[in-house]
Amino acid sequence: MRMLSRFLPGLLCLCLLFGLPQAVQAQDDPGQPLLEALDTSSYADKAEAIEVIIESGDERSRRWLEALLNGKLQRHKDNQRFVIVLENRGRHWPVADALSFEEAGEMSRRELDRIGINNALRGTLQNALSLLDLYVDDADQRRDAARDLLGNVDASMVEPLKAVIENEENAEVRRLLSQALAIYRLDQGDVEAIADLEGSLNQQVRSVLNSAARSDDPVLADAASAALAGIEQKLKLNQGLETLYFGLSLGSVLVLAAIGLAITFGVMGVINMAHGELIMLGAYTTWGMQQLLPGQPGLALVLSIPAGFLVAALAGIAIERGVIQFLKGRPLETLLATFGVSLILQQLVRTVISPQNRTVVSPEWLSGSVMINEGLSLTLNRLYVLGFALLVFAGLMLVMRKTRLGLEVRAVTQNRAMARSMGIRATRVDIMTFALGSGVAGLAGVALSQLTNVGPNLGQNYIIDSFMVVVFGGVGNLWGTLVAGLSLGVINQVLEPWVGAVLAKIIVLVFIILFIQKRPKGLFPQKGRAAEG
Amino acid sequence: MITLQRQPHARYLAAALVSAAVMGASSQALAQQDDPIKVGILHSLSGTMAISETVLKDTVEMLIEQQNDAGGLLGRELEAVVVDPASDWPLFAEKARELLAQEEVDVIFGNWTSVSRKSVLPVVEELNGLLFYPVQYEGEESSENVFYTGAAPNQQAIPAVDYLMNEVGVERWVLAGTDYVYPRTTNKILDAYLKSHGVSDDDIMINYTPFGHSDWQNIVSEIKQFGNEGKKTAVVSTINGDANVPFYRELGNQGVNAADIPVVAFSVGEQELSGIDTGPLVGHLAAWNYFMSVDTDANYDFIDAWIEHTGDEMAVTNDPMEAHYIGFNMWAEAVRKAETTDVDAVKDAIIGVTVPNLTGGYAAMMPNHHITKPVLIGEIQDNGQFSIVWQTPSTVAGDAWSDYLEGSRDLISDWRKPMECGNYNVVEGSCGGGEAETE
Amino acid sequence: MQSVDSSQRFWLTRPFRERATQLFLGVLFAALLLVTVLHLAVPQGHPLHVTAYTVNLFGKYLSYALLAVSVDLVWGYLGILSLGHGAFFAIGGYAMGMYLMRQIGDRGTYGDPVLPDFMVFLNWDSLPWYWLGFDMAWFAFVMVLVAPGLLALVFGFLAFRSRVTGVYLSIITQALTFALMLAFFRNEMGFGGNNGLTDFRELLGFDLRTDATRLGLFLATGVALALGYILCRAIVTSKLGRVSVATRDAEARTRFLGYRVERFQLFVFVVSAMLAGLAGALYVPQVGIINPSEFSPIFSIEIVLWVALGGRATLYGAVIGALLVNYAKTVFTGIMPDAWLFALGALFVFVTVFLPKGVAGLLAHRKRKTQEQKNQARKPQEATT
Repeated sequence: MRMLSRFLPGLLCLCLLFGLPQAVQAQDDPGQPLLEALDTSSYADKAEAIEVIIESGDERSRRWLEALLNGKLQRHKDNQRFVIVLENRGRHWPVADALSFEEAGEMSRRELDRIGINNALRGTLQNALSLLDLYVDDADQRRDAARDLLGNVDASMVEPLKAVIENEENAEVRRLLSQALAIYRLDQGDVEAIADLEGSLNQQVRSVLNSAARSDDPVLADAASAALAGIEQKLKLNQGLETLYFGLSLGSVLVLAAIGLAITFGVMGVINMAHGELIMLGAYTTWGMQQLLPGQPGLALVLSIPAGFLVAALAGIAIERGVIQFLKGRPLETLLATFGVSLILQQLVRTVISPQNRTVVSPEWLSGSVMINEGLSLTLNRLYVLGFALLVFAGLMLVMRKTRLGLEVRAVTQNRAMARSMGIRATRVDIMTFALGSGVAGLAGVALSQLTNVGPNLGQNYIIDSFMVVVFGGVGNLWGTLVAGLSLGVINQVLEPWVGAVLAKIIVLVFIILFIQKRPKGLFPQKGRAAEG
Repeated sequence: MITLQRQPHARYLAAALVSAAVMGASSQALAQQDDPIKVGILHSLSGTMAISETVLKDTVEMLIEQQNDAGGLLGRELEAVVVDPASDWPLFAEKARELLAQEEVDVIFGNWTSVSRKSVLPVVEELNGLLFYPVQYEGEESSENVFYTGAAPNQQAIPAVDYLMNEVGVERWVLAGTDYVYPRTTNKILDAYLKSHGVSDDDIMINYTPFGHSDWQNIVSEIKQFGNEGKKTAVVSTINGDANVPFYRELGNQGVNAADIPVVAFSVGEQELSGIDTGPLVGHLAAWNYFMSVDTDANYDFIDAWIEHTGDEMAVTNDPMEAHYIGFNMWAEAVRKAETTDVDAVKDAIIGVTVPNLTGGYAAMMPNHHITKPVLIGEIQDNGQFSIVWQTPSTVAGDAWSDYLEGSRDLISDWRKPMECGNYNVVEGSCGGGEAETE
Repeated sequence: MQSVDSSQRFWLTRPFRERATQLFLGVLFAALLLVTVLHLAVPQGHPLHVTAYTVNLFGKYLSYALLAVSVDLVWGYLGILSLGHGAFFAIGGYAMGMYLMRQIGDRGTYGDPVLPDFMVFLNWDSLPWYWLGFDMAWFAFVMVLVAPGLLALVFGFLAFRSRVTGVYLSIITQALTFALMLAFFRNEMGFGGNNGLTDFRELLGFDLRTDATRLGLFLATGVALALGYILCRAIVTSKLGRVSVATRDAEARTRFLGYRVERFQLFVFVVSAMLAGLAGALYVPQVGIINPSEFSPIFSIEIVLWVALGGRATLYGAVIGALLVNYAKTVFTGIMPDAWLFALGALFVFVTVFLPKGVAGLLAHRKRKTQEQKNQARKPQEATT
């Protein structure tokens, strides 16, 4: 951290200089020796060189440092020219001159030497850059920068930081910076600093209190332990909430995976072993969309929702027309045929696309987490999936309860002959129902692409769980599926910290077995006519 | 019932099902006349392991093509015999037997998982075949018929931990792995190693998860908690293949970044990263003996050839592919040296054979059937590649029997003439176990 | 199904009077004999020679066939679609595997006289209690039947008592095998974790790596299949079997007639589990490994597919299905490694759509074409079971 403070003045004037126009000569450029100093194998020398760059006040410094940070500052092996790589995928990379920033065509990976950087250096650089952010106008940015400084303060920064705190208008930023200072003071053995840290749930605060509690000074150790005890109390509640969230999140994944099956299997009675592969198709649709719309992962993801539904629904129609319609009234044989279909679909993906997993990018708004308080953050992608699952469920309930299709589906499944004699085209209803269930599976795939691997085995990982959820909830009951999925998720996550992931899963399975003994028709057994099927 | 009777009838039945069966059989008959050298490839092309193993099949096919373009071996063509063991462990044994007994291949390149190797091992030993195994593994094995071109624990895990301890200053360790023999052994070795370096029990957390684990919320949260004790913490991950994508996603989303808690992985390579958006993972580490980003001409040539072979400009290479590259060249060199593909002759000739690796050095086959390798530590970049931050000054020879495990400390392996033993006990002065009787 | 001989003879000998059983046993023993002769008497290299590899392969198929018969017994005649029969198969296999492990003795890698290699490796001090006794062949062989039988007894007792039926029963059998798979994957269980048990050497003193032992195992499996088949036939043709069929077709009615349906179900289920265990025990020494993947739900589903493909409720259909699918798998994975799943998948679809009664149905159809037509006309709803 000492180096960081030495950067500070340089960075500040860098900030001021930024944006001033300046003509650059390729030859005799003052930047050339600055960059050359970076081209060394010793990380200590590199740190020196970085310092020199900052102190030089060269307006291009920030871009150089950012390029260095991203590993994109490179040097041509033959002509020794420094370049900044603009895009580093594949074999041939578009580059720009590091001195003039003019585009310099493509260079082969083979011809370039990277200016290496390691974690320690990266951390220092990042801190230095984030320290700059304390001076920007945007309060949010200042807050994030202040948070980054927690645990990263050293002696030489104390005075400048005190000055910053005094001028800071935002209370939150002031609090964070004071905490950052307090952490430093506590680290130096200052008992009074504990008062500033009490009640904070921040990781760095707990970290420094923990090490203080182990200190040889009994006064300090006691005070730190007392402060920790207060924090632990608060944390307990947070942890409870966190576990609940984990459980609901896992449950929502189960619900999403199973809900389509609740239609095809629960309502239509088709033991659809290809259900997992329909989920997989949805996930691959997301990947395909992102390939079609490069650079716009968010838009692609949103468009994948209808597209994934359509692709999976069309595949479902093909399966229904091609196989299942010949198996009317022979539900067990649908298992055999759809298992065959699932093998074919898996291998098709392996052959046509690739046996490897595909990258599905998470858009910005799905990455990271939303902070409830400093001890509890909810991961965004899972939060969205949870919401999405509930939306899909609500949508499906609407379709089944409020639309003509839903009415017809229920009629046909309860008494096919009667429904037909009432003028319902049973064949059409079959197709529509199966397409609906398959389409929902596709939606699950779109959501799962944000959580897990998109690969040929995706479906296999969810098919068993899906059947388990549908049966546990009670075949033919959508509410059952929802309750079953969420409760199994919560049970699993509550157990996991105690017994580990494997035993938790085993216990859940044994629980399902025993539960079915008690209630042989699941959580919500069907009543009346439908139950006879 | 017809299938039970005998081969021709059985063939007839298959033909009735799929005419291709007959075509396959007759093409085999034709091939025998040309008398090519047969190279068996035993990698799963379907099932759970296809993700990792398919590229290895393609790699060996590419190497065979290159060898044929260069005039074959001993003036004979090489021919690949590909079978699909379908990620099914007993099927691995069956297919190995098919390759050795029916197809009479001269060498097999294959396997990925430990269990598949264990399944194949008795077959290869019984039928006296040659197997080149390209994946990093747990050690504790040395077979006369198997050549281990992947890393043993001392060629991957221990240097990585050394790096974290000395260069990064890590004091607290999370050993997280998938529950099977490779992570178990590695963690056991590391546990012993760390304790011998003064790390206390409280500072080590060991966690196992099942294969394909996809819900990491709790575990990542626990790791965060564990890292809050005021000491620099690192995660040593032996999490297997598929489970890594959700693991890293969860790490990124819960805000565990490499500056706070670095994760060093032994099973995550370029191939695995190609399924992840690596933006949030920059700085996390992996230890391997090869990275695609290695800056040597041999490596660039290899990558060019690979891209041409796959026809995919974005195709990536990884460590087990390099292992096959080394293994294949070693075998070819040994065949040239022995002037025959006879298994016993090649087995004798290959010890001591040295071939260039892709990282600018040489790999030598040691008497214990393991090879010498450099150890590289790389940090994940935003483009799914690794940037090398540290490497061992020289190559490290693979150790079949770990020095940090109770039972194997006294064992050595030497397949050269007088000793010819895979588990010689230096204390008792005898060749222990049943391997001695292998004839 | 063959018409049942109603005369009051001893139930176990009754199957021998059936044409179908006679034919089946005839073909089976002829095949066993033929393979043996072609293996031993025809010199190597001769086109008619059956190699040790092929003998070994057939041995494996036959153990699968026995497994399929056990599934057909509960599915075909009791109407219980078990999606967890792989569990019984695997437990039988593990019992045999444990015996084979103990036979290694001090010839393991670490030379420990008692502990298997993987236990030495994971620092076990002594053998866990459930491994005791497995050094004795008789005990292990008894456990091959008792362990799966016991599991089936407990599980079946709970399930049938509370009248869990249909798809609910199928799914909890699946949950059972899934839970067991996860449990056996755990290294703490003491069954070798994911690697399972391997590196077997000898069985009853016979070296497992010799061709003679392989032939012996092949023949033993053939005989076991024959015995299992006869036992199943006997059960099916007995009064008990007829009650079972009645249960399958109308459980409630059978109950109202005064039969304690759950007892019949439990008995047949346990017998079937034991047969599956036996199949597993014969399978393990032939393939040389037992590992938790045999517990995987997908494998159990595959078994059901063999039965369905061969023809449900015929027993010999199950045998045909198991042999056919596995032979196809062997051939396809060898000659078209990249595309064999297409072929296998297409086979499943084709058979279901065009041969609703499986291959056995096709055979029967040929033989009794006219009768079949009459049957079909008479009861069109038969298929809904």
